[in-house]
Amino acid sequence: MYSKTVMDHFKNPRNVGEITDADGVGEVGNPLCGDMMTIYLKVNKKEVIEDIKFLTFGCGAAIAVSSMLTEMAKGKTIEDAKKITNRNVAQALEGLPKNKLHCSNLGADALHLAIENYEAKKSGKTVTGPARSEKHEHDHGDSCYCPYCDADVPADSEICAGCGHTLERADFPMAK
Amino acid sequence: MGIINLDHISSAEPAPEVKKAMIDTISHNYGNPSSQHQLGDRAAEALDKAREQVACLINAKLSKEVVFTSSGTESINHAIKGVAMALAEEKGKHIVTSNIEHNAVLRALRRLRMMDYKVTSVPVDEHGLVDPGDVAKAIRDDTVLVSVMHSNNEIGVIEPIEEIGKITRERKIAFHSDAVTSVGVVPIDVQKLNVDLLSFASNQFYGPVGVGGLYVRQGTKMWPLLDGGVQENNKRAGTENLIGIVGMGVAAELASRDMDKRIAHYKKLKDYVIKGLHERIEEIIINGHPELSLPNLVSVSIKYIEGEGIVLMLDEENIAVSTRSACAAGALQASHVLLSIGRDFADAQGTLVVSLGVENTEADIDRFLDALDTAVTTLRSMSPLYRKAVGAA
Repeated sequence: MYSKTVMDHFKNPRNVGEITDADGVGEVGNPLCGDMMTIYLKVNKKEVIEDIKFLTFGCGAAIAVSSMLTEMAKGKTIEDAKKITNRNVAQALEGLPKNKLHCSNLGADALHLAIENYEAKKSGKTVTGPARSEKHEHDHGDSCYCPYCDADVPADSEICAGCGHTLERADFPMAK
Repeated sequence: MGIINLDHISSAEPAPEVKKAMIDTISHNYGNPSSQHQLGDRAAEALDKAREQVACLINAKLSKEVVFTSSGTESINHAIKGVAMALAEEKGKHIVTSNIEHNAVLRALRRLRMMDYKVTSVPVDEHGLVDPGDVAKAIRDDTVLVSVMHSNNEIGVIEPIEEIGKITRERKIAFHSDAVTSVGVVPIDVQKLNVDLLSFASNQFYGPVGVGGLYVRQGTKMWPLLDGGVQENNKRAGTENLIGIVGMGVAAELASRDMDKRIAHYKKLKDYVIKGLHERIEEIIINGHPELSLPNLVSVSIKYIEGEGIVLMLDEENIAVSTRSACAAGALQASHVLLSIGRDFADAQGTLVVSLGVENTEADIDRFLDALDTAVTTLRSMSPLYRKAVGAA
């Protein structure tokens, strides 16, 4: 199911770890869908990302995305790094299965949040802790798709017109 | 093939006798059991024999109470939708079920809810057990069906079906049980259980995939799911998958004959797995009930890591296991079963299901534990949750 590049980045992930005196930290995701990603940045005076590290809780795609993303961002200026999109990451990985595309959103989001955090610190604002987000941005230009039959559906649909599956997150009643 | 299969609930190699019978059938017995000539007669004979073998496995009174289907899912859909449709006008549109049913039950019920049926779902305790008292309380005047699974495919807990059956018998309500992970694995007696409908699947007891069964007690009001010819006692139209059905029949006979031996083998290995997990991996939770549990299934939540990562790493070592993490399931939802027994979202994501087979040995388990140890260590070193937990310690 995964491309060779994805499997390579999963088995041999680049830039794993944390930076204790990071210049910017971004945290995204939540365990509801299985993924959490933290990106740490070390930025030099020329605004170049000197070092970048990640910690990820997530599936094979999530780990591969983190690894590829950090590889793409390392050595870039902040301005160039801001331009990295989830699509770039997915393409660099030779594509991801459709139901894993949301993992690539996580990578780009975390990087942009880390940059936000760095810029906030730089501008002298009191910043306690990393920039954090628990929501994925769904506005990535494409429509959403049904994870069961792959049909394109409007972003706010509750039922897939193609196969009748509901698209709600939690269908089932919870514990007592 | 060199793969250590610890995921028998998904993929199990059929028994050699099953393969032989199926090859015989496809080679020499290709007739249509409904035909009036000798090609049909020979096929009908084989069909009848398989039906008896399966009826015997579950102690059905009449072999015609066994309906062959394509899968456990089809059986479940048939039972639930068939009874709901048959009784809507004369009795009502209310159904009682539990929070940890298989997706086939829950989605069939959701489809019915879209057609104005009402569903009450009873909760489970931290082991996954249903309280029969809760089921009794949920039953109303317009209840037409109770559906509670016999054993759970994710955590292995075995439900008090006999007690629930007494209640439904008393209140005269049709009782369906999803017994897909039970039939052919643990003793099932439909008379003792007081069930009217029972769903099961051939690939759970070393029969072929693509064949299932539905026990329908004589007198149960139920519409067919598939309309057409009068096959399966007019309950399930369509020319029968004789090749698969013959395979299922042979598998049923072997399961009846070898059940005690198999259970003893599974129990020994299961204890070995659980002991090994506790010894080798820190911060784990074994899910389900310590005694009321399938002998061949272990569910373990491993903190701070996600399940698909483990499955991929073990696959590299030629070991097959299963996970119920949201990402791996493709549906992007955390397991409702694990959430229902009180696992938090993150722990639900890191849950592995090991399901044993007759060919597994202690050496297999040793290899599994070694590979798991390495995989967990690697994934924890990458995990922000582990980093936070260790930092806080």
